[in-house]
Amino acid sequence: MSVMNILEAIRDALGTEMAADDRVILLGQDIGKFGGIFRATDGLYAQFGGERVIDMPLAEGAIIGSALGLALSGLRPVAEIQFLGFARQAFHQIVSQVARMRHRSRGRFAASMVIRAPFGGGVRTPELHSDAVECQFAQAQGLKVIAPSNPYDAKGMLLAAIRDPDPVLFCEPLHGYRSIKGDVPSSAYTVDFSKANVVRQGNDITLIGWSSAVNVALRAAEALATEGIEATVVDIRSLLPLDVGGIVAAVESTGRCVIVHEAPLTAGFGAEIAATLAREAFYSLQAPIERVTGPDAPYPLAGAEQMYLPGVDRVVAAARRTAQGQ
Amino acid sequence: MSTPVISQFPYRGDPVAPVRLLEVDGTLTGGGGSVPPMDDEQMLSALWLMMLSRAFDDKGTSLQRQGRFGTFSAVRGQEASVVGSALALDPARDWIVPQYRELPALVNHGLPLESFILYFSGHPAGGYIPEGVRLLPIQISIAAQLPHAVGLAWGLRLQGLDAVVLVYFGDGASSEGDFHEACNLAGVVKAPVIFFLQNNGWAISTPRSRQTAARTFAERAPGYGFDGVVVDGNDLLAVYAATRAAVERARAGGGPTLIESQTYRLGAHNTADDPTRYVAEEVLDSWRDRDPILRVQRYLAACGRWNESIAAKAQEEISQTIDAAFAAARAVAPPTAEDLFLHTYAELTERQARQLREYEMPATGPANG
Repeated sequence: MSVMNILEAIRDALGTEMAADDRVILLGQDIGKFGGIFRATDGLYAQFGGERVIDMPLAEGAIIGSALGLALSGLRPVAEIQFLGFARQAFHQIVSQVARMRHRSRGRFAASMVIRAPFGGGVRTPELHSDAVECQFAQAQGLKVIAPSNPYDAKGMLLAAIRDPDPVLFCEPLHGYRSIKGDVPSSAYTVDFSKANVVRQGNDITLIGWSSAVNVALRAAEALATEGIEATVVDIRSLLPLDVGGIVAAVESTGRCVIVHEAPLTAGFGAEIAATLAREAFYSLQAPIERVTGPDAPYPLAGAEQMYLPGVDRVVAAARRTAQGQ
Repeated sequence: MSTPVISQFPYRGDPVAPVRLLEVDGTLTGGGGSVPPMDDEQMLSALWLMMLSRAFDDKGTSLQRQGRFGTFSAVRGQEASVVGSALALDPARDWIVPQYRELPALVNHGLPLESFILYFSGHPAGGYIPEGVRLLPIQISIAAQLPHAVGLAWGLRLQGLDAVVLVYFGDGASSEGDFHEACNLAGVVKAPVIFFLQNNGWAISTPRSRQTAARTFAERAPGYGFDGVVVDGNDLLAVYAATRAAVERARAGGGPTLIESQTYRLGAHNTADDPTRYVAEEVLDSWRDRDPILRVQRYLAACGRWNESIAAKAQEEISQTIDAAFAAARAVAPPTAEDLFLHTYAELTERQARQLREYEMPATGPANG
């Protein structure tokens, strides 16, 4: 057990699984000697060589499309896309090809592969680097879309993703890469990402998020506690598939719910969660479900991003309204 | 003062002539003394596949018109291109990554004809490729299969296998970004892949001249760091020889080849198309004269291996094969609600299981949850 940040936990997971399974190979831009633009693969090139830690031409479509072919050949590719927003350059390969391969071949072929990409804002990146587009992949039936919020989950969910027979889009919290730290076991372990995780218990309101938003929700919960409002915080871990039972139970226990995400409000994944709760937890709801999200506007340049991001203050205000609502 | 260099790669000159080994009249291009790359028995097997393909096009089109078969794309005119390339592969170790207009290649590689029929009848079971058959499913999204082929070839090589992957696509597909990305990557990693571009003149109604300003498609290959070749796609022997050379190169570690097979789509894009709106009859006539099947039959007739009674017997056998395949496909039970969900993931998700129950008891079942 040691204290790691999220990047270190991801690197630990990659090295652990590469040592255990010869089929695991890494693909991406600048992941070799450079160790990745965020150093997620630092040291792995030296340890496993250029045939398993592979620098690719600058082409997201080719990275994902060839990763699918590599998976069909019997390898277990883990592809890194430098920023999730750039995965749109491979959208057709991810959604039409990778996600559907098992279904369209009636189970003959499986795209057992992982696509890793950081997403989200708050670190003053150039334009187009911060878009939270995870929801845009959540209609790709056949794909799993998951997003850890802490180092323990990052390692355990990534190990589970690499071993998963189905393709997994592993969305990493860019903002928390180095700032979020926690205890991580040195052994190999998996986290069942199909189950939502209650990360804080409280009786008055349920805050729901994933990735960085979980940490915003936790900070909001601390602030709310000083006002006498005790919040449950749920990390859904996985958008697709969604743990309906887990979020319904967590909302039924308080009757009030605020959903937090970075992507714009309209057609964001909060809409899916809210609609599900409105059907499944209707009779326990005591106030309207609120969503605290990015505005319906493109992600701005860095100087304006703090206004864009759903911050602690906005979550607290929404939670207060919801907790007092009848 | 010297003249400044304004272009080191000037674009000029005539297009290269395609490789041809068998003339339209069925004689060998090199004359009687030349040795064809296939013996008579191999050519008879190839001819059988080509005739099967042509007969299937006729039967399928007829059934489609009667509403008894779905929309599909006929091979008509491209039989030498498809069959000659497929026969250069070893189905016991090599893979084919198809587009959707390569029926005889799929059959030769081990796909049951009824699977193809089921797929184009709209039955989900048609997507299944039997275990051990080295084919990826038919690809509808133009050019999307090209990076898959590169990854598959590269991955097999990384695992120490000597397999080669041949990927089919068309002149229209070469305009897609996936073509560029796949060729570029294949050159970088020296993947044992053969890019088999069937230039049939048309992408639905868009002529080849609207796809590229280049003289040929094959000449793009050196830009990716590997070789290209142009063959007469209506010449079984030229296609076979060029593909076999590319296979040998790839197997020996020499990397990819781009083969441009210059052929012509004698029919429609698919059964929903009407080429009379954009193809001139006299152009079609000139290509009918170059029919790839007639060329092989003329050659074999001159060798004493083909005549009307042999042809009649082959036609009868082919007709029975196709009828039996359609009968087998019709005997497959229609799809169920379970088929909608099965194989989306290795296991049904809880939500899928609930939605499936709803199909099975629509009146009393739970709403989408």
